[in-house]
Amino acid sequence: MKKPNDLLIRSVTKVAVVIIFTFAINLFISGHHYPGGGFIGGLTFASALILLFLTFDMESVRKNIPVDFKVLTAVGVIIAVLTGVGGMILDYPFLTQTFGYFNLPIFGKTELATAVIFDIGVALAVIGTAVTIIMSIGDDR
Amino acid sequence: METMMSILVGVLFAIGIYLILTKTLLRIILGTSILGHGVNLLIITMGGLKKGGPPLLGIKGLSYADSLPQALLLTAIVINFATTALFLVLSYRAYKVLGTDNTEQLRGNENE
Amino acid sequence: MSWLHIAILFPFLFAVFVPLLYKSFTPRIHTGWFVVSVPLFIFIYLFTFIPKISKGHTLYAVVEWLPSYDINFAAYVDGLSLLLGLLIAGIGTLVVIYSIYYLSKHREALNNFYVYLLLFMGAMLGVVFSDNIYVLYVFWEITSVSSFLLISYWYTRERSRYGAQKSMLITVFGGLSMLAGFIMLSMITDTNSIREMFEMVDIIQLHELFIPAMVLILLGAFTKSAQFPFSIWLPDAMEAPTPISAYLHSATMVKAGIYLVARLTPIFGGTYEWFWLVSGIGIITLLYGSLNAVKQADLKALLAYSTISQLGLIMSLLGLGSAALYYGNSTAETSLYAAAIFAGIFHLINHSTFKGCLFMVVGIIDHETGTRDIRRLGGLMHIMPVSFTLTLIGSFSMAGLPPFNGFLSKEMFFTAAANAASMNIFSMEKIGLAIPIIAWIASVFTFVYCMILVFKTFKGKNKLEKLDKHVHEGSIGLLVSPLILGALVIIFFFLPNTVAEYLLKPAFTAVLPTLADTIEVKHISAWHGFNLELFMTLGVIILGSILYVYLKKWYRVYRLYPQAMTLNNLYNFGLEYTQNISRKITDYYMTGSIRHYLVYIFAFIILVVGGSLWLFDGFKIDTSADSPISIYDIGIVTAVFFSAATVLFARNRMAAITAVGALGFLVSFFFVLFRAPDLALTQLVVETVTTALFLLCFYHLPALKEETRRLPFKLTNAVIAIGIGALVTIVALSANGNRMFASISTFYENSYKLAGAKNIVNAILVDFRGIDTMLEILVLSIAGLGVYTLIKLKLVGRGKDEKAE
Repeated sequence: MKKPNDLLIRSVTKVAVVIIFTFAINLFISGHHYPGGGFIGGLTFASALILLFLTFDMESVRKNIPVDFKVLTAVGVIIAVLTGVGGMILDYPFLTQTFGYFNLPIFGKTELATAVIFDIGVALAVIGTAVTIIMSIGDDR
Repeated sequence: METMMSILVGVLFAIGIYLILTKTLLRIILGTSILGHGVNLLIITMGGLKKGGPPLLGIKGLSYADSLPQALLLTAIVINFATTALFLVLSYRAYKVLGTDNTEQLRGNENE
Repeated sequence: MSWLHIAILFPFLFAVFVPLLYKSFTPRIHTGWFVVSVPLFIFIYLFTFIPKISKGHTLYAVVEWLPSYDINFAAYVDGLSLLLGLLIAGIGTLVVIYSIYYLSKHREALNNFYVYLLLFMGAMLGVVFSDNIYVLYVFWEITSVSSFLLISYWYTRERSRYGAQKSMLITVFGGLSMLAGFIMLSMITDTNSIREMFEMVDIIQLHELFIPAMVLILLGAFTKSAQFPFSIWLPDAMEAPTPISAYLHSATMVKAGIYLVARLTPIFGGTYEWFWLVSGIGIITLLYGSLNAVKQADLKALLAYSTISQLGLIMSLLGLGSAALYYGNSTAETSLYAAAIFAGIFHLINHSTFKGCLFMVVGIIDHETGTRDIRRLGGLMHIMPVSFTLTLIGSFSMAGLPPFNGFLSKEMFFTAAANAASMNIFSMEKIGLAIPIIAWIASVFTFVYCMILVFKTFKGKNKLEKLDKHVHEGSIGLLVSPLILGALVIIFFFLPNTVAEYLLKPAFTAVLPTLADTIEVKHISAWHGFNLELFMTLGVIILGSILYVYLKKWYRVYRLYPQAMTLNNLYNFGLEYTQNISRKITDYYMTGSIRHYLVYIFAFIILVVGGSLWLFDGFKIDTSADSPISIYDIGIVTAVFFSAATVLFARNRMAAITAVGALGFLVSFFFVLFRAPDLALTQLVVETVTTALFLLCFYHLPALKEETRRLPFKLTNAVIAIGIGALVTIVALSANGNRMFASISTFYENSYKLAGAKNIVNAILVDFRGIDTMLEILVLSIAGLGVYTLIKLKLVGRGKDEKAE
């Protein structure tokens, strides 16, 4: 197969990927008060990874990001379940979330919520699933 | 607006179901996809359209749009995505193994 | 939970340990030695009730189960249930001891056997002690199921499977109709307790559902007790191991129907229909069974038909006795006819003793000679003297000869039949004489087959050379149980009034509670003088002996009956016919084509949803609350419409996929318009990825061919599609027009206070409805794993090869 001329896409990707990753994390964190959240954050993150797969071949991406995405999915689900169970240890019903205002050194008065941990689990699961699907299909030539 | 959306949803359903009833696997998958979009639009229409601002408490408004259908739809969209992916891969593997994508040739009972 | 409940549940609980005991102790110790403790303990426990019950007290204990439905585990001990409970436990002990020597511990799967046996024992105890009709039904069906399991114990044999299926079909059919009858009774009386129903007899007997309930419940009793025409399952049930035939199919399970009839006599008795149904079917069964028993060549089949006949005898006695309820209290006729019930209960015990003994001896013969065929047996008297004696005792008791207990109850039967002839109610004046005549004829044939059983097997020429095994007498372990039963046969003859005082009288009072005070029970004795009954018995002996001696001459009469019209044939034919028809019908619509199934589903949806909308006036268009339409809305709607149409009419893959992608992006536009920013974002990304997925997959699938289908095919699809589309539009419009209550989402607008979040949708997803999200990511992970396994593992179906790889 003729080696495709991918100079254009490589240069664009090198810049775009960083922007997309940053945007994805921003979407994730700002989900609490503004549009965003676990799903959209995870999906955007996954689309950045897909862009990497499209630009560079599967093998080099796999070598450089040595994460097994199926395990990532499972970890995400477990985090979500453990968040729920954590409430049960303190005698609250399953999946009770809480929030509080703390004074952190740099950020000042911030609101910390346990829902964010749950959202992390959700985001990891979404990333893992999307990338697993794409990688499996892409691998099978 | 709701009336127009209802009619549009009906059209989408009709087209989706028609495609599902055809013989080619690809058309069936496209039909399910269209059906999924139709359902999403139906759910959000049922919540009342344009009745307030977006459901963000940071934006001060008189009233907020119905937030519950939106939450349900978010879940629905993501799950639709996952099942469409599964369906696609299934049809791809079925084609590879059985050599056909025509459902008339794919039929059969366990004890025939 | 009283000790009584524990006693009933004890077999079930012990059954849990049987597999463990089996695994640990075979082949050193036969599992039966452990199992025998269960019926033994229950027997001893129940025995302690006899003094109290015989004085007229009863015991009632309840464990609440479903109080809101009035279904409770209510156990009620009175004379009748105690009698049957003692039978179940006592004969159970003897049967288990017998089975220890009968079933080899090396070859048989004993763990299954004893589990089923214990299941049956517990269920049977539940039937006789239960006061709540629904709990009774549950235990009744458990006996049907355990009987099924036991008949098919040697399941590799086709006859066993056939016999088990036949018994299951017939008894469960009866059980279901009995349930229907019970439901009717509980509807009439508004209670589920049998004792409480006894108080409401007047209401029940005047209700319009009285006859249907009676017929249905009798169906249950008749199927279980193998009455004509439902008796065809009992001969085939002889495929079970002989201990089971002795226990279930002669001594206990088949008595369940009789127990039901006896128990419900206070409610249904005294009426014309009950009298004729119970006595009539009973008498017919008596004759039918005895006629058929004579021509059997298999010893067990002979005993099966004789069981059918004897059950008919007991049933007819219960029916005749119910006439006493018509006369009510303190008339001369009451005692006269109520004596029939007394006779029936007495014969119930006697039958269990002599029939159990006979079955066990036949089992010994089978065990030692290897065959049950009368034609191959003969002259065993000298080799197996004990078995001969026991068979003699059992058969002569069954034939009604002194000095055995069967003689006493046969005499009482003749008395009751003769009294019935002089009845002048229930239109008995016209045909009343038929009853004693039929009874007498049936008794003659009973005598004949009893003689066949004893003399053809043991006397006559020795055919030992035709048998394969070395024949000797059964071991002492095998003989113990029939010896005990045979001893009881003789003891009951000599001490009938002890039995009557402690067992029969309380049972009798239980069956006829309203008449208990006024009836005096006649003293049972062997000699009442030269009366009609004695002459009937003498006539039976004389005619029976003549018929037996000249058996070969008149045997040919049996061939006259056409084979095609037997009940068995009818059953087989009916079963096969029903199976073929259902298979044809099912094959007609279950075609294997998914499209057909989808057409059924969608058409049904249209009919049901559309129909109910129309029937309940749900259709309502109210456009007054609509939001305004602006130009860009119209634009987007048109664009959506055109993309969908493109997908429909596209000729190549790329066009179709692109159109679907475009549709997705337009939907995200809609989300922006409808104030749903989260949704719009998600939809954008998802649509991108989905389109990429479509393209990846369809690289490998073939090009779209022209859909060459016939017009009716296309038309059906179009009609259904348009139907569903129209239905959805109507539902959406009606939902909009029928706004019945305010939206609940106003609660979620407090999300800042409750969850500290200003994005309401996100708060709902992770906080308020967090469990939905958790399950959703679970679904996602499953789908992801599914994709991975499908592709990586390249799994294929069974027996199919990879073709295009």
